[in-house]
Amino acid sequence: MDKKRPKHLDLSKIKLPLPALVSILHRISGVLLFLAFPLLLLMLQYSLRSIETYTQLVGLLHHPFSKLVLLGLLWASLHHLCAGIRYLTIDLDWGVKLAQARASSKWVLFVSLALTALIGVWLW
Amino acid sequence: MVDRIVTGAHYGLRDWLFQRVTAVVVAAYTLFMAGYVVLHPNLDYNMWTGLFSSQVMRSFSLLFLLAVYVHAWVGVRDVVMDYVKPAGLRLAIYVVVILALLLYVIWSVIILWSL
Repeated sequence: MDKKRPKHLDLSKIKLPLPALVSILHRISGVLLFLAFPLLLLMLQYSLRSIETYTQLVGLLHHPFSKLVLLGLLWASLHHLCAGIRYLTIDLDWGVKLAQARASSKWVLFVSLALTALIGVWLW
Repeated sequence: MVDRIVTGAHYGLRDWLFQRVTAVVVAAYTLFMAGYVVLHPNLDYNMWTGLFSSQVMRSFSLLFLLAVYVHAWVGVRDVVMDYVKPAGLRLAIYVVVILALLLYVIWSVIILWSL
């Protein structure tokens, strides 16, 4: 077999298969969440410390900018959770065939975006 | 048995298992919290602090946070291993991440037990 195929590893030219897209987004969302730890811990602290800090936090979160940040982090959490559940099922040898893997990738992308939109509407 | 020399630091399988065990703990706590918020649409300060007043809930929350930090360490380390090649920079990132996570552990205990 000597086929002349275009061979390149140029990321800008490779079309990512869906499972690869889910995978790289799993990494990106994970890093985003890690970077957000101080912010999230601060929010937890403000929500619990006293009624004054709680009210202050609620006021801050009503700002449109904070809502956008929260929505971004919400998507990151949901994508990371859904993709994570998918990886756990793959570890159990469930859904490892190509067609199933593609279908579950679609579901992960869809469910995390849909839930983000739904909660976004509810929050706004 | 095949007599072969296995190279490596031998932490691969242990970390693989840690990543999955902590993932399940994090997922369980997240679903619990999501359920709580959905079932209490009119959440206020008293209900919120009431939830965190018992030792069981504080311990569950600390377990969740510790699981998150272990999970984050394995995950960030894997990502850095793949994309950051200069050894000095990689080491510097590891040091910062480890120190940050240790500080978060102390901070988490303070938040949960100073109510």
